[in-house]
Amino acid sequence: MERGFSTLPDRVSTLAPPRPSAAGDKRAVLNRLNATDRRANRALKLLALAGGALVFLVLIAIVYQVIDGASLAFSKYGLAFIGHKTWNPPANEYGALPLIYGTLVTGVGSLILSTILGVSIGLFLALMAPRRVAAVIGPLVEMLAAIPSVVLGLIGIYLLLPFIRSDIEPGLHSVLGFTQLFGPAQPVGNSPFAAILVLTIMVVPIIAALTRDLFLTVPRELRDGAEALGCTRWEMIRGVVIPTTQSGITAACVLGFGRAIGEAIAVALVVGGVGSIHADLFLSGYTAASAIANEAPSTISSLETSSLFYLAAILLAMGITTNMTAQRISNRAGRVR
Amino acid sequence: MSAIPDPAHALTASGNLRRRQAISRGFVAATVAAAGLAVAVLIMLVYYAAKQGIGQLSGHFLTATLTPADGVGGGIGPALAGTAEMVLIATMLALPVGVLTALYLAEFASPRVGKVIQTGLEQMAGLPTIIVGMFIYGLVTVHFGQSAIAGALALSIVEVPLISRASLESIRRVPGSLSEAADALGVSRWRTVVGVILPTASNGIVTATILAVARAAGETAPLLLNSNPSGLGYQFNPTQAVPNIPVEILQLLNLGYTSTVAKAWGAAFLLIVVILAINIGARVWLRRSERKRGL
Repeated sequence: MERGFSTLPDRVSTLAPPRPSAAGDKRAVLNRLNATDRRANRALKLLALAGGALVFLVLIAIVYQVIDGASLAFSKYGLAFIGHKTWNPPANEYGALPLIYGTLVTGVGSLILSTILGVSIGLFLALMAPRRVAAVIGPLVEMLAAIPSVVLGLIGIYLLLPFIRSDIEPGLHSVLGFTQLFGPAQPVGNSPFAAILVLTIMVVPIIAALTRDLFLTVPRELRDGAEALGCTRWEMIRGVVIPTTQSGITAACVLGFGRAIGEAIAVALVVGGVGSIHADLFLSGYTAASAIANEAPSTISSLETSSLFYLAAILLAMGITTNMTAQRISNRAGRVR
Repeated sequence: MSAIPDPAHALTASGNLRRRQAISRGFVAATVAAAGLAVAVLIMLVYYAAKQGIGQLSGHFLTATLTPADGVGGGIGPALAGTAEMVLIATMLALPVGVLTALYLAEFASPRVGKVIQTGLEQMAGLPTIIVGMFIYGLVTVHFGQSAIAGALALSIVEVPLISRASLESIRRVPGSLSEAADALGVSRWRTVVGVILPTASNGIVTATILAVARAAGETAPLLLNSNPSGLGYQFNPTQAVPNIPVEILQLLNLGYTSTVAKAWGAAFLLIVVILAINIGARVWLRRSERKRGL
């Protein structure tokens, strides 16, 4: 990206040193301008570098601060915190396992739903819909991502929970109850299941937008070739589009998963808030992020605060790992293509 | 050896082909249904929020001080002012950092350094916002108490990657011929950047900033620990915790009265409408201005 031309005037002026004449005055002025330019160039470059460096510094500071905040809990529990099965603030007893479990359950659940829905929408927008229709529906789907999480939580409580309680829970229990995932209907709808639905609403637009852009990059000749060979739409997609974009789809879904495990407010409002490990998606659960959101504003002991920082550190590690994975997958895909 | 197919039937699908086409049609129908579901959910969310919240909106609601603990009376005036104040401070911090980072990546960074910083940006964009809240809580709030500044710092961390990624995209879309022309005229680098590249990319940068403002206005998690006041009146002092819409919605919900829940809906509806309007407006404006310049 280096633009060598911009230094040209400098070189010209140094080749011809200023002489005491009318032309020399002009040249002196030019020289001074060049010096200003050089200084301004350097200043701009430094300023831009400072911006980039600041981003990096903040990231490092975040990691440091979160680990530092967790030091009290870490010195008390050590790594056993991660495997301890009880999260009980009133008893001042803290263990992360049920929260990590809840985080993974809600994350994976919403990942499954939103992968199916998101990739379908991506396919629809990129390959099926007439351009005019896609130009309307695409932004509408993206609008879903703009709805604030607290509003989604509110809608979850008052629109989703009653519906889950009265219709979805009995239905799923009678059909899929044998899997142990869908137990008998509970009097309140607050559950990991409700959290999964809310998270799906948040993650679908992300996956849909990313995969749509991906599907648009599949060369037209490949698609036309498949159809010319007599493939149906579905065979063309399964045989050409999906294989060429596989790793990009995976990366998009991993990113969506990262978003889902980090969501705090919307989940806190609908997940229930009881940290225990059970397969039943209709029984109250808890996640790391929602525990922080629920409990951090009103901690009762410094150990609780520190345990919440410990949770944040675990969540941060999970988030960074997922993001790194997504980046690595999409980088590799970029190199192949 | 099979007989030559009857020409009368050659063009109608049968047997295997009919099955394949049925599968394909079923699949297309499924993708249409998925897209329809997403749009239906959006419409349902907005409709439901409107139904619950629109009755609340009034001049009194928008300007009155916050609802006291007994749930009687009150509005969201101070929260509106506080959200505006914090988002303004956050954007003033995030805009320069975001644009400078984008500029560095587009114009100055070597591929290796650029990749490192880009990775950092992606990580920042993927940070759970509750962790951003915890970070500022540990860094600022623990020492100085809750304040609008702490809240704005947290919001700016949410905004920077949004502004920077979109700015980078629009800086990279500035036609190379423009900066080459500037180079050919002997214009120095910084003048090219300030006089050619940034003005050409400005539409994209402005749009990105507006979208980041919309995002920041609805963030709850970064503010929960850093600007979550108990006072009910207007508060503008940036060294004090200021009320704000997202946290106020949570507080109204926690009060639990029918009247406060209704107020929470009013605030939520207002928030949705403003955020969606900003989103739609910014996109339409960007598309129109880019079409006008033939980009």
